Amino acid sequence: MSIEARLPPPQYALRLKRVLGGKAGWNGIILQILFVAALAWFGYEIVANVRTNLAAQRITSGFGFLNNTAGFDVNQTLISYSGSDSYTRVLIVGILNTLLVSVIGIVLATILGLMIALGRLSPNGLLSRVAGTYVELIRNLPLLFQITFWYLAVLAALPGPRQSISVASTFYLNNRGFIVPRPVEEPGLMPFLIALGVAIVACIGLRYYARRELFVRGHAMRIWPYVLGLLIGLPVMSMLVFGAPVVFEVPVLKGFNFAGGSRIIPEFVALTLALSMYTASFIAEVVRGGILSVHKGQMEAGLSLGLSRGTVLRLIVVPQALRVILPPLTNQYLNLTKNSSLAVAIGYPDLVSVFAGTTMSQTGQAIEIIGITMGVYLALSLITSAIMSFYSWRLGKRLGA
Amino acid sequence: MTDITASNFIRQDLAGERPAPIKTTGFVGFVRTQLLNSPTNVLLTLLSALLIWFTVIPALQFLLVDAVWVGKDREACLAQNAGHPVGACWPYITAKFNQLMYGFYPEAERWRVDLTYVLSVVLLVPLLIPRLPAKGLNAGIFFFALPVVAFFLLYGGGLEGFGVSWTASALSVFTDSIDTAGNALVRAGANVPVVGMLFWLLGKLVVLIGTVASLVIWPLLWIRDQLQASHQPVWIDLALTAIVVTGLVFFLGGGARALRTVVGTAATFVGIAIVIAIMGLDRHGLAIVDTRLWGGMLVTLVVSVIGIVASMPIGIALALGRRSTIPLIRFFSIAFIELVRGVPLITVLFFATYMLPLFLPGNMRIDGLVRALVGVALFSGAYMAEVIRGGLQAIPRGQGEAASALGLSWWKTTSFIVLPQALRHVIPGIVNSFISLFKDTSLVSIVALFDLLGSLKASLADPVWATPTTAFTGFAFTGMIYFAFCFGMSRYSLLVERRLNAHRRN
Repeated sequence: MSIEARLPPPQYALRLKRVLGGKAGWNGIILQILFVAALAWFGYEIVANVRTNLAAQRITSGFGFLNNTAGFDVNQTLISYSGSDSYTRVLIVGILNTLLVSVIGIVLATILGLMIALGRLSPNGLLSRVAGTYVELIRNLPLLFQITFWYLAVLAALPGPRQSISVASTFYLNNRGFIVPRPVEEPGLMPFLIALGVAIVACIGLRYYARRELFVRGHAMRIWPYVLGLLIGLPVMSMLVFGAPVVFEVPVLKGFNFAGGSRIIPEFVALTLALSMYTASFIAEVVRGGILSVHKGQMEAGLSLGLSRGTVLRLIVVPQALRVILPPLTNQYLNLTKNSSLAVAIGYPDLVSVFAGTTMSQTGQAIEIIGITMGVYLALSLITSAIMSFYSWRLGKRLGA
Repeated sequence: MTDITASNFIRQDLAGERPAPIKTTGFVGFVRTQLLNSPTNVLLTLLSALLIWFTVIPALQFLLVDAVWVGKDREACLAQNAGHPVGACWPYITAKFNQLMYGFYPEAERWRVDLTYVLSVVLLVPLLIPRLPAKGLNAGIFFFALPVVAFFLLYGGGLEGFGVSWTASALSVFTDSIDTAGNALVRAGANVPVVGMLFWLLGKLVVLIGTVASLVIWPLLWIRDQLQASHQPVWIDLALTAIVVTGLVFFLGGGARALRTVVGTAATFVGIAIVIAIMGLDRHGLAIVDTRLWGGMLVTLVVSVIGIVASMPIGIALALGRRSTIPLIRFFSIAFIELVRGVPLITVLFFATYMLPLFLPGNMRIDGLVRALVGVALFSGAYMAEVIRGGLQAIPRGQGEAASALGLSWWKTTSFIVLPQALRHVIPGIVNSFISLFKDTSLVSIVALFDLLGSLKASLADPVWATPTTAFTGFAFTGMIYFAFCFGMSRYSLLVERRLNAHRRN
């Protein structure tokens, strides 16, 4: 009597089961079929209802409306726009305005957040308490509340144009907005830009050279005086030779309003202020957590090697802290961008306000417009997180982690 | 050689008194060690003091010193009438207090709102104090019974039927819809050659399923019609439902062994009967107050509480779905979470307000507040899912494996072993989500609901109270309310965190 070798079970069926049903196997497959059936039924119901509802309201679906004339004005545009332009143009205007407020908000929030974090970490008891109070107070008030507060209480309480608050008779703040000198292009602009570009390229080259020197010969160079000299000297020389690149048109009060200068609309001021102050309180906590996460011994070890405090911070502490800081910081940037949609509450012409607001109420194309709006924000989120994860990937590579 | 005597080692004269050590505790110590110990610190101290001087002092002056406390209209809050620079205009808050709290809720019915608040606080406080017993019962009443009672208190209206009728109606809608879907498939397949045949067959199959289902539920519909024709539809239906559900629990739970559960189920139905009797739900209940009249703090609390309660199950389901091994379910959960998290809440609210009505059958109208609630629940559910997923990831594999080794099913492993630990891990994160949800409720004012912020904005437009400081007063008052809620929640989460981490302290 011999023992026959048993055949292995047929693998393809097992593999198919694993791929289709996961660990749950056949149960999983049945579950998925039910799930798909439920989704299909749900989808059918929605599509059928949308069809009948749209037919009852006499709305044709599709993106054809994008070519129609918008016929409304927008009070701040980065590209030329008039009421006779199409809705596509409105969409672009809205996206650009959203981007503008997001970028400026991100820059301001980062600077402010960093300052508050350092203040909270400072050994000075009073300063750290002031910073802590700021964080607690701002974080615990709704953003929309803060935006409306700046817009309806603070900026609305400003005096009219005739009684504007002025700084050195060039900047004016009143209830119509913030009026600043407007740069006007002069013939010297081109040489100035070229000089600036050359200076920047030279600085990058210098830094590269200095690094090489350090790594190859172990010889640390002090390059910042040269960098400063290049960055200031070259543009100044170009200005001396070719004349000023821009002149500033100073606003003048004429009658009831200002002539000349550029006006920054109050909606923008309120939105940027509130967004950056709000996000700064979150960024401050992110940065503080990151810096605290670096062990004290790292600083001490660096100091005991004879490095200066600044060098230890720059080369040892900050890179390690950044690794902890970057992912949540990315989240805060994304939040700021998404929160800029609250502009619709005060009428700053961002994407949601001009497109999902005005355009939708004019055309009634709810599905297409909300779809596009969501798509734009999704794309913005994905791009921002891609950029930030690229940066943290590079940082991680540099740290050898 | 000299003798060394003891006197060489003993001092002959008293040592001088040393100065007392520098005090490092208390206020003086604080000033010495943290404020003035180096030139930089002195500078920073000065800077902070200036900051405080220019923010806190004017704020206090505005809110208390220069404030006007009594008055009938804007005249009292004008500088020329008050005789001094005017700060906060508190009479405006007194006049608008009811609007900020209730919106346009009819004055005679406001006791209902107050009663709801009282009930919630009475149930919530014991839930929040860790030492008190009967957490399960308390939580059950708070999360399941209270919302229903609150709905009938706040909105009003009564019942036409109970479990049996509802089940019958829902099932009949469902089978009708299956029938139409099947017929649509048949029609779609009629003109297409090869694939159409498949569609036709599938459609016929769906129609068949629908027909069989409608035959199966036909007795149920008959019972419903009989119930509706009787004198006391609600009570008979309730009794019927109670008998059926208790019987089901008895048989599914394993007969007499499940006596506790059976008694609990029966007790629940008795409780429901008492509520129905007290509130007169079988006699059309309280007068209906349309949600368009709701406003102020009421809407803020309703939206945030329902958002919080609804976001938990949605979040748990999505988090489990995201970790599921079944490909389609995992894919769907990931897509849903990422889609919702990638867009601003305001677009989700727009979606709920403008697109949701298009999705529903034409004859079905959905209330504006409910639409906003759907949006808020979906949005916070997606965020909650990520928080809970963090907790699920923190549970060691061994826990699930041990449960499998004991022979527990997936459902039992998840609900008795994995989820309780995971949720306990992420309580701080959950509370953080609650705080941001509470703050986000202010966004419903954009879709034309008058929550606290919306009511404030509306009250600012009133010319009777238009003074230079009205807006600041209003924002100061509402700001304090928002701050009190959010700050209270964050402090409570810290407390819970400390308590949960008690074992890690050493």
